[in-house]
Amino acid sequence: MSHQTIKLDSLPLSIPKLERAPHTIADSIVRSIYWEAEKIAQASTSCAVEARINWDRKIDDILTSRLWGFPVMLLMLTGVLWLTISGANVPSELLATGLFWLHDRLLDLFIALNAPHWLTGFFVLGVFRSVAWVVSVMLPPMAIFFPLFTLLEDAGYLPRVAFNLDACFKKAGAHGKQALTMCMGLGCNAAGTISCRIIDSPRERLIATLTNNFVPCNGRFPTLIVLSSIFIGGTVAISWQGLSAALSVAAVMVLGVVITLLVSWLLSKTLLKGQPSSFALELPPYRKPKIGEVIIRSILDRTLFVLGRAVVIAAPAGGLVWVLANTSWGDTTTLAAIAGWLDGFARLMGLDGYILLAFILGLPANEIVLPTLIMSYLAEGALLELNSVAALHHLLVEQYGWTWLTAVCVMLFSLCHWPCGTTLYTIKKETNSWKWTGMAFLLPTLVGIFLCMAVTFVVGL
Amino acid sequence: MDGSDLTLLNHRNSNEEPVIALAGNPNTGKSTLFNALTGLHQHTGNWPGKTVLHSRGHYVYQGINYTVVDLPGTYSLIANSIDEEVARDFICFQKPEVTVVVADATCLERNLNLVLQIMEITSQVILAVNLMDEARRKKITIDDKELQRRLGVPVVPMEARQGVGVSELKDTIAQVIDRRIVPHPRLVRYEPDIEDAIALLEPQIIRALGDGISARWLSLRILEGNLDIVKNFLPASLIKEAV
Repeated sequence: MSHQTIKLDSLPLSIPKLERAPHTIADSIVRSIYWEAEKIAQASTSCAVEARINWDRKIDDILTSRLWGFPVMLLMLTGVLWLTISGANVPSELLATGLFWLHDRLLDLFIALNAPHWLTGFFVLGVFRSVAWVVSVMLPPMAIFFPLFTLLEDAGYLPRVAFNLDACFKKAGAHGKQALTMCMGLGCNAAGTISCRIIDSPRERLIATLTNNFVPCNGRFPTLIVLSSIFIGGTVAISWQGLSAALSVAAVMVLGVVITLLVSWLLSKTLLKGQPSSFALELPPYRKPKIGEVIIRSILDRTLFVLGRAVVIAAPAGGLVWVLANTSWGDTTTLAAIAGWLDGFARLMGLDGYILLAFILGLPANEIVLPTLIMSYLAEGALLELNSVAALHHLLVEQYGWTWLTAVCVMLFSLCHWPCGTTLYTIKKETNSWKWTGMAFLLPTLVGIFLCMAVTFVVGL
Repeated sequence: MDGSDLTLLNHRNSNEEPVIALAGNPNTGKSTLFNALTGLHQHTGNWPGKTVLHSRGHYVYQGINYTVVDLPGTYSLIANSIDEEVARDFICFQKPEVTVVVADATCLERNLNLVLQIMEITSQVILAVNLMDEARRKKITIDDKELQRRLGVPVVPMEARQGVGVSELKDTIAQVIDRRIVPHPRLVRYEPDIEDAIALLEPQIIRALGDGISARWLSLRILEGNLDIVKNFLPASLIKEAV
């Protein structure tokens, strides 16, 4: 067939002109197909009368109702976060204790082997320590959060989220499916960026791509969770700590959604003008999730994948921090020199130089921001052992003068700053444009700087 | 798509290894069926030039090696999205020996839209009505004989998750391929003016292109003014609107 067509130029088709416009013909064709489908389905399907109680529809009436849709969503979100936070505490401590026990044995071993100081420092105090931090801080929340998230996904709740948010995105000039790409971004922004392919219109896909970073990915979750349990959870009675920490992380995420909508709206009014296109979103039937499969899939495909990436990047970053902290620049260490240089600007944002430096060093992966920060504090500070959340609180508050405002600004900046290296690389590949990649870098960064400065300024009044 | 692309697409090991396409709406258990058919003999990759993931697998039935291609899940073939375009192009250009449309028994009506559209492109269609167990739970009964009579293509009820109906499907595929079963799809009749126009266009298309492509389907796309699709088949110089 392929070759025939080329020879046939001498045989033009004459296309009959109908009385009506082509698009009404298309409508009529679709209508005929639907009628036929309806007719055949009715003739070959029968449904026992009492089974007319359609449970899916009943559940949908609640989960996607105007009144209950949003409260239920918030409840689910808080619930998942609460389970994650309160469940992750104990295994986190255990892992930290175990890994730092190993840390000490390694140290003993290096000393026994008479290893040179720099080797011990680089590998044990640098590489191993940051990997230990990443594993103990990140593994437990991920191992709880991902299966829970996959359960919701499997049960069919995520399309309902998209359905609920559709009207908001329409108003913002964006595509309703953006909610789904944001859900993916919750796992990993690079994956979220790739998932933007489900949006067909290039304009709306670009909006979704540029704003995906406003959803805190799994690499930033631990930072949010740890900080909120130390600073916000710590202000209330023990029994409420988990819940209030969960609520504050949920609040950060809701803020992320609000910012996403605002920025999408701004983009669709300025750089990416246009009308939102309509789409058909199917609400698939609710299904009982296959628990075993969910656990295996979320542990193998998500948890270990993300953790593996974090470890691979944290190891060299830990080494780098140690090197920076142990080489000198003038009369101080290189680390202190860079941090000091950044400090002025960072203070305006409610942060300090070390925090900003940790975010910058965290460009390869957000997972390592907090470990890098702790590494730099430890390398500079007097505390050498750090194996519990209480010790972390002591380090941050007593030695580096953190207040709740610092914690809030770190959380805000964690929510809104440049996407990680992998995500930027993915955006470049997906958009095939340096301009939009640059835009994806600048947009959240500027929003974050503005937010932090505004909060610091208002509180300082 | 130009001629060289088509040659590339048409190049495949033809008769000795029949190609089976799996089409269907999303969430119909299409992938489950794909896994049930092919087991571990599968690999995924990108469609040439496209960014949609596709899976290809193999199984052997009665000594014959079948290739199974899992098309993207779509609700129609109108080609509003890359997924629909990929599914449509595969059925049009690769001409799989059999296209199995997987349907969800609990919402048959919506799934039939796609079945009817695919039947317009190819007559080699088998309808696999999956999730029969779920339908039973919802007290929905499906008269597969009546469905088969009305569609004119073989219908296989299935519970792919449990493996029920998989060997029946393999058997039906084999029978369609060696023409022991010849599907006679009962196509949708459109409104009279459209049917009249089809009657005028069809012979011209057959004269121009032979019977390699469904002339009725292409006529409909021309009438809709969807010239983008048509250009895949015809050089633009061939299309001339009658005044």
